[in-house]
Amino acid sequence: MAETQTLILYGSLFTSLFFEVFLFITYLEVREELKFEEKHIGKDIKQFPTATIIVPCFNEEHTVGKTIKSILTLDYPRNKLSVILVNDGSTDRTMRELNKFKNHPQIKILSKKNGGKHTALNLALEKVESELVGCLDADSFVNSDALKRIVPFFDDSNIMAVIPSIKVFEPRSVLQYIQKIEYSWGIFLRRMLSSLGALYVAPGPFSIFRTQVFRELGGYREGHHTEDLEIAMRMQKHHYKIVNSHGAHVYTTAPKRFPALYKQRVRWTYGFLNNAIDYREMFFNKKYGHIGIFILPIATSSIFSTLYIISNTLWNGLSKVFDALVKFQTIGFNWKSSFSFDWFFIDTGVVPFLTLSAILMTLVILYLSIKLADGRFRFTRGIFYYLILYIFLAPLWLSKAVFSTIFRRQISWR
Amino acid sequence: MIDSKKYFIAFAITAVIFGTAIFVSNIIGQKKLDDVRVIENRVALDILSSETQFALLEETSCKDIAPGFLSKELGSLGEKLSYAENQTELNTTDLEYLKRSYFLLEIKDYLLMKRLTEKCGIRPTFILYFYSTKDACEDCEKMGYVLTALRDKYPDLRVYSFDYHFDLGAIKTLISIYKVKPDLPAMIINTQTYYGFYSVEDLEKTVPALKVKTTSVLKTN
Repeated sequence: MAETQTLILYGSLFTSLFFEVFLFITYLEVREELKFEEKHIGKDIKQFPTATIIVPCFNEEHTVGKTIKSILTLDYPRNKLSVILVNDGSTDRTMRELNKFKNHPQIKILSKKNGGKHTALNLALEKVESELVGCLDADSFVNSDALKRIVPFFDDSNIMAVIPSIKVFEPRSVLQYIQKIEYSWGIFLRRMLSSLGALYVAPGPFSIFRTQVFRELGGYREGHHTEDLEIAMRMQKHHYKIVNSHGAHVYTTAPKRFPALYKQRVRWTYGFLNNAIDYREMFFNKKYGHIGIFILPIATSSIFSTLYIISNTLWNGLSKVFDALVKFQTIGFNWKSSFSFDWFFIDTGVVPFLTLSAILMTLVILYLSIKLADGRFRFTRGIFYYLILYIFLAPLWLSKAVFSTIFRRQISWR
Repeated sequence: MIDSKKYFIAFAITAVIFGTAIFVSNIIGQKKLDDVRVIENRVALDILSSETQFALLEETSCKDIAPGFLSKELGSLGEKLSYAENQTELNTTDLEYLKRSYFLLEIKDYLLMKRLTEKCGIRPTFILYFYSTKDACEDCEKMGYVLTALRDKYPDLRVYSFDYHFDLGAIKTLISIYKVKPDLPAMIINTQTYYGFYSVEDLEKTVPALKVKTTSVLKTN
């Protein structure tokens, strides 16, 4: 039993380390490309394609106005950009907020009974006539140059969708600061996956597609509450190229409190696992390139290995705390043994060395991620919170999503 | 097209990191066992020195015995071996050998201590402690803390700890001499056997010799 546990731990550590090394090598390969994109993308667009941005709304009265304004202030020719607002049966004052824009020449408003985000998007897609179409969640806001930094990628006729970099909008709570760092890591990861042709999500905030994608592959599907994952997986299955423009920045309102964050992350992980099951024929299939051979298998296994490594680390930590408590209960506080140091008693086993290597590699990637996301690295309180608390938070939603997938329990959107 | 070269490079780098971790861990583990071996050699030499001094007692009196007569390192040696037992990366054959040597050194030290108490008429200040590593023994763990704390409190107290199930003839003989039952933890203090857990206070009450010994261990007659 102990040997099996050690083998699983070694296997998990090897896979994690291998993935980090693989990402790092990819970064070294593309760093010149990144510099070029940062300097030149969006600077010299000769022809602007027509584009429609769909904003599906369900009870977003507090943020939707700002979302719409951010689209209207996009640095993009007005006659080439239109907006479709869809009220998906909101029960708050969202419709009243939408109606404030009803006379705007670029805006069209639709309203329907609540049926879920994918139904709202599909209703709007029926009215789209532009070359490009995208969605912007009603709790997100775009940088004014975001679309200009996305559009040039469509000069390559093989590219069917471009996804942006998503950042956390004005973090205030500890959890939001943690998410800010997590999103920076996401920016790095997506850019690397983009180079590998292995993006498996086209996020709700401002992913832009060629309209023909929906004409050819059909509209959005429910996709286990993650329609953005499903559409990306479907596109990958049909060899439709998705890339990332890391300079196109979109800001999203991150959950402030734990229950909302927990529900969101359970939904994302559950959605990934279930879409991975639906598209399982892509796994280890050379036909799909990196995404089939490596990225989907590693992304799936990393959920389990993360759970295993974290629970193992927490278990060891708790055992040590428990032992210290037993010792304290038995003999009280012992100054002599508490402050005496002997290197002999430092754990110098293989696992601590491997864990240390994985942590160091994580820190390197975290540094590169923050540099890529913010243009420079600064040690902020977000990093501190992230390093201290994330290890305790992630297992909660990962385990719930795995449990719900295995036992076929339904999860809720909100 | 899949760039398989990148997979090979990533695999090779990861394998090198893994190999380095295993190599460094083994080197340090070996160094730790070497340290234990060095301490054991020192203790063996201390015991030899004490035995030689003791032989000289035929020609001299108890008051000539210096305060540091017995080896001071047995306690810390025991702690290191006990920690090493839980370290999976250490060579188990080497560790078994070192534990065997340690138990034998303890018995030699114990015999010397006994002869000293008889010859010089001092009160016994040692505890024979039997624990188990075979079965889960929570009380053994707690008793270990108590005895370490007692040794810190009374530097002259000598605690001889033995793994009850260790395959060593000398330990089996000790067990049969004192008729120690496998109800562990077990302690022998002043020829009296105690089973189960005792706190520091319990032991101080039960064994008055402990308090007396705080003043001087080698009070000569």
